[in-house]
Amino acid sequence: MEPLLTIQTPETILFWVLAPLSLIAAVGMLLVKKAVHSALLLAWVMITLAIFYIAQGAVFLGVVQVIVYTGAVMMLFLFILMLVGVDSSDSLTETISGIRPIAITAAIGFGGLMVSLLGRATLGREPVGLETANAAGNVEGLAVLLFSKYVFPFEAVSALLITAAVGAMVLAHHQRTNIRPTQREQSINRFRSDSLAGAAGLPGPGVFARHNAVDVPALLPDGTPAPTSISATLKARGDVISSAPFQLDNVDTTVAEEK
Amino acid sequence: MTTNNGLVYLIALPLFGSLALLLLGRKADKWGHLLATGLSAGSFGVGLLQLSQMLSRDPQARPVTQKLFTWINVGSFNVDASLLLDQLSICFVLLITGVGTLIHIYSISYMSHDPDRRRFFAYLNLFIAAMLLLVLGDSYLNLYVGWEGVGLASYLLIGFWNQKPAYATASKKAFVMNRIGDMGLSFAIMIAFASLGTVSFSGVKEQSETASEATMTAIGLMLLVAAIGKSAQFPLQAWLGDAMAGPTPVSALIHAATMVTAGVYLIVRSNFVFDAAPNAQLAVAIIGAITLMFGAIIGMAKDDIKKALAASTMSQIGYMILGAGLGPAGYAYAIMHLITHGFFKAGMFLGAGSVMHGMNDEVNMRKYGGLRKFMPITFVTFGLGYLAIIGVPPFAGFYSKDLIIETAFNAGGAKGIILGSTALLGAALTAFYMTRVMILTFTSPKRWDENQHPHESPSLMWIPMVVLSIGSVTSGLLLSRGGTLKTWLAPLFEKHSEHEELLAPIVVSGLAILMVAIGVSIAVIKYQLSDVANEAPSNVSIFTRFARRDLLQDDANEALFMRPGQALTSLLVKTDDVVIDGSVRGVAKMALSSGAVLRKTQTGYVRSYAALILLGATALIAAIWVVTQ
Amino acid sequence: MTLDYYLYLAALLFTIGAVGVVLRRNAIVVFMCIELMLNAANLTLVTFSRINGTLDGQVIAFFTMVVAACEVVVGLAIIVTIYRSRRSSTIDDASLLRR
Repeated sequence: MEPLLTIQTPETILFWVLAPLSLIAAVGMLLVKKAVHSALLLAWVMITLAIFYIAQGAVFLGVVQVIVYTGAVMMLFLFILMLVGVDSSDSLTETISGIRPIAITAAIGFGGLMVSLLGRATLGREPVGLETANAAGNVEGLAVLLFSKYVFPFEAVSALLITAAVGAMVLAHHQRTNIRPTQREQSINRFRSDSLAGAAGLPGPGVFARHNAVDVPALLPDGTPAPTSISATLKARGDVISSAPFQLDNVDTTVAEEK
Repeated sequence: MTTNNGLVYLIALPLFGSLALLLLGRKADKWGHLLATGLSAGSFGVGLLQLSQMLSRDPQARPVTQKLFTWINVGSFNVDASLLLDQLSICFVLLITGVGTLIHIYSISYMSHDPDRRRFFAYLNLFIAAMLLLVLGDSYLNLYVGWEGVGLASYLLIGFWNQKPAYATASKKAFVMNRIGDMGLSFAIMIAFASLGTVSFSGVKEQSETASEATMTAIGLMLLVAAIGKSAQFPLQAWLGDAMAGPTPVSALIHAATMVTAGVYLIVRSNFVFDAAPNAQLAVAIIGAITLMFGAIIGMAKDDIKKALAASTMSQIGYMILGAGLGPAGYAYAIMHLITHGFFKAGMFLGAGSVMHGMNDEVNMRKYGGLRKFMPITFVTFGLGYLAIIGVPPFAGFYSKDLIIETAFNAGGAKGIILGSTALLGAALTAFYMTRVMILTFTSPKRWDENQHPHESPSLMWIPMVVLSIGSVTSGLLLSRGGTLKTWLAPLFEKHSEHEELLAPIVVSGLAILMVAIGVSIAVIKYQLSDVANEAPSNVSIFTRFARRDLLQDDANEALFMRPGQALTSLLVKTDDVVIDGSVRGVAKMALSSGAVLRKTQTGYVRSYAALILLGATALIAAIWVVTQ
Repeated sequence: MTLDYYLYLAALLFTIGAVGVVLRRNAIVVFMCIELMLNAANLTLVTFSRINGTLDGQVIAFFTMVVAACEVVVGLAIIVTIYRSRRSSTIDDASLLRR
């Protein structure tokens, strides 16, 4: 009996190009130092997988993979990375002794055994392909299953979603430890601080300078750069540019004639 | 076989007496001894009744049985607690209860100053009950119960005055050496059950014709071991001398008349086994011959009157065992010698007790002398017993011992000549040492200290001695004239002996009398006609020295068994400590150390736990991989 | 090429994700490796649905994605909370059960 499914050449090419790339990205995700790079590599793997899904006829799932997984979940990861600290990277020295050899041995064993097992396993049937299943369209087919056979898991998963959202809110809720100061108290504090420079609020970037970049510090009335006008992150990274070239006395103040 | 429901009273009466006296305690102190004596006499009365009934029946119908209850009923092993009274048992029953009652009467007076007299009588009754059970049992297992019972009673009675450590040790020694013999009986029962499927006398008798000779020889040898242990034969004879630590009535009853003869009973009762195993029978005869010489040699050097009589008992039982080992021709004569020995030996022991009573419990014969004038009744009764034992006609021992010597010669061939000559020589030695005892105690000049006041014993003590001496005089004649006992016991023994006369009976009797005369004259020359020292002389020949040390039997036992036994025990204790306790401690230590090692996996780090999960998953996959290979 | 190759790819991706969970110390990177493992499972499910010719595999993959999303939400919220109180995002520091 001839196989019901024959894999076309375009799919083969697609596979053999993208599969190694996704593997390299996955390995790279393990090896890179900065966490942000790992996140980006993971996003690439997910996109590759989305392409595979669409190639295999799971069109809806591929689209959902891009939108939900790569778009929402990975972006969530990146947000949290920003929150927690982009600089955080793992040092190379390992704290738990002996875990690297164990992990690598286990990985080689696990992977090798899995692959060889899968190679030996037979399903007892030839691949059928999704032609008939997708006859009315992939989305319609999924909908039929979802609302008839899998309706209970569907309802349960929606309850899970609601619970997760509520849980995230509860966990991220920040309880104030001190009483919220009133406007009056805030104003008094402002005037009672060291210098009157911040009396009317902090200077925004570029107020007294001719450059409104984030990394150029604002100038105080006496011409010195205001340290509070640059974000601490930039200062920590050393990305602060001197504001000297942009001070007023160095600027040509003649107004160009309009012609 | 007819059933007779009176048999149980033979055992029940003394057993009841024993239990009553033990359980009632001090309340029975005033009258306990009388009850015990009465019950023992009652048992004798029942025995007489049974004898008269038995005489009125014809020989084939004489045995009677009584089943008490079903004892063991397991699969193919069925043993009933039954009693069997036949021609052989009735002899023993009358001997045990008769002599036993006389000794009860004697003890009323002998133990009158002892505060524990009631306990003594309780044990005496217990002994009577156990010994009766031994001779009335109808299977080896029932016999074994009585066997153990008499061993227990012997232990209790030897160590009666257990305040003295030496006496308690002596009773332990007796018990342990008896135990070795008991192992033989156990093995015999086991072999009988394993190969024949039955342990009753009738059952084994039926199968003795068809069973293999090897099985019968094995059973016979094991029974011989049992008899050796109980009857103080070579090589288990060391306990009999030490057993004299018990009160004299005990020595008279147990270690002269009855318990030590249980071995002879066992062998004669198992005649079918030995008739089917000629090698075992030969072993029996050889052991008897060795022991009779052994006992005679030891007896020649003993100064303690009770130990001399004990050595004499050992030797006389050797005669009985020799007789029993000569086959159907000798069984009746062995029993005859047993009965006559019961009379004269018990009489002599009671006489020795009487002498000790009069001499303030002194036992060393070198401190006696000339007591003939002060204790005439004792002298006469003891003297009659002495004449009986050395074999002067017409007293008892002449008939029984002579017949054994005759049968030994008639056994034929080299065996007959060796055994017969040994028995003859033993007769000479017996005459020598018994004459020595008589002379040292009664007829030689007095050698005792000024503070001794020898006097005759009270009537309750000399009346039994008189009765027994009558038995010493007449029993031999009565039992042998016309082959009375032999005919009486004949239905029990299947095979009948061939009479092959090597020497005419008159020649044997003449030789025996000659031997006796030689022995008596040597003793008279040495002791009566020359001075006897007050203390045992030390410049004696090597033979005397060996004989004084019991022919080195205790030393041999110590070297062969005691010291290796002690070494084994200490080795076992050490093994228990180091190996067994050590392994238990080692298990605990292993648990602790493995815990210490396993604790290292609990690191507290999430990643190591994750690694472990990964390893576990890998193991699972590997298992699936292997299984689906 | 047969459909088995998709399965091999999924197995390898899964293995890489498992190793990453064990070896990386930053909590968020560990989480990302877990996501990689879930994705590999999804790929397997979709491939099997194609082999069997039914859409059940895809429905289950869909549910897996939903559950993964919920799990990411809650997990990251926890990491943020821990970071706020301990000022550290290394999972090795959460070792209070040690001894």
